[in-house]
Amino acid sequence: MNRVEIKNLNKKYSNFSLKNVTFSIPNGYVTGFIGKNGMGKTTTIKSIISLNHYDGSVIFSNTNLHENFDNQKIGVIMDDSFLAKDWDITLVNKAMKVGYDNWNEELFYSYLIRFSINKKMKVKELSRGMKIKLMLAIALSHRAELLVLDEPTSGLDPSMREEFCEIISEYMEDENHTVLFSTHITQDLESIADYIVFIDEGKIILSLEKDEFLEYFKILKCDLEHQNTINESAVLGKKINQHSVEFLVRADDMKAVSNKFIEDKVSIDRIMVLYGRKK
Amino acid sequence: MKIILINGSSTPLYEQIKNAVKENIVKNILAPDEQLPSVRQLSKELNVSILTVKKAYDELEKEGFIVVRQGLGTFVAPLNSELIQEEKQKDIEEKLIIICRMAKSINLSESELIDLIRYIYEGGTNNE
Repeated sequence: MNRVEIKNLNKKYSNFSLKNVTFSIPNGYVTGFIGKNGMGKTTTIKSIISLNHYDGSVIFSNTNLHENFDNQKIGVIMDDSFLAKDWDITLVNKAMKVGYDNWNEELFYSYLIRFSINKKMKVKELSRGMKIKLMLAIALSHRAELLVLDEPTSGLDPSMREEFCEIISEYMEDENHTVLFSTHITQDLESIADYIVFIDEGKIILSLEKDEFLEYFKILKCDLEHQNTINESAVLGKKINQHSVEFLVRADDMKAVSNKFIEDKVSIDRIMVLYGRKK
Repeated sequence: MKIILINGSSTPLYEQIKNAVKENIVKNILAPDEQLPSVRQLSKELNVSILTVKKAYDELEKEGFIVVRQGLGTFVAPLNSELIQEEKQKDIEEKLIIICRMAKSINLSESELIDLIRYIYEGGTNNE
């Protein structure tokens, strides 16, 4: 069952556009949203949470968010925090109490104790890691059923990233909770993502279970001499250096590999580096 | 339950989890009819994705090591000595493969190896 259905999302900027972005977010699972910088991740996420104008539809629990955005059940973490910089934590709590029907003040303060955030601190005094934790505490304290997180772990140190993933895992103990998060960091995907959606140049390239996603590709290497012997139609990208060539290919189109090629382990990092690359 | 996962191992995570649970059952660390953590609980405890644990549980269920009781949870299957015997035998076979390989590498003949095994089996060394 899907929790969110994104259909034919189109959005045009002067130098970039989203083209018929269509994918779904399965209920009860964590979906990782990947792609290089500037390929449309943040634009897509902003559309899902109605922060920009777009053509198309985003259906969440039978409601079209495009027409009727309901923020009560959706928790959001974005780079630019929606909190006023001069607010201290007590004021944040007051504002959320007004804004959210299901606001749980006790729960909010218990998260802050756990995250070591002092009530007297102002939003602008928080480090990036603390701001992320504050926004996470807010999302968890208004009983959001869907978390939409735009690169929540970038700029966090490894221990904080791990803590973040642990909190998401805790959140996922409830089968009715769903997460969409964009990231560059493979480690995060490996530990928590169940599904992967891959976007490139404003188009959704693949949307699969994580293991299926990795099995969809193969990475082959060979010396410069033999680079032209590869079946070009299977190649999705390549990188040439002084001594060898690295190819990203579709596994289905490349079942038999000649002994001129060496197969390397497929990783999400390599897929992102190689996809669409021509030299 | 003891589970140690190795990141970057060539064995996929779901298979590592499956093998670990199996070993816990075979070694009787998990008793028959004992309740296992839910998929979501274990996924949280091991810091792996939900589908990874689900895949491990699905296979363990198919192989008869665990049973899902609707609405109650997941449990170690009631004692199935045949299954456990089979699993232990598989373990012996795997170790014998290594032993044979080692024997060949030092040109120990088949009959010499068998003699050695017989000697040890019959208690020729102090093996308990």
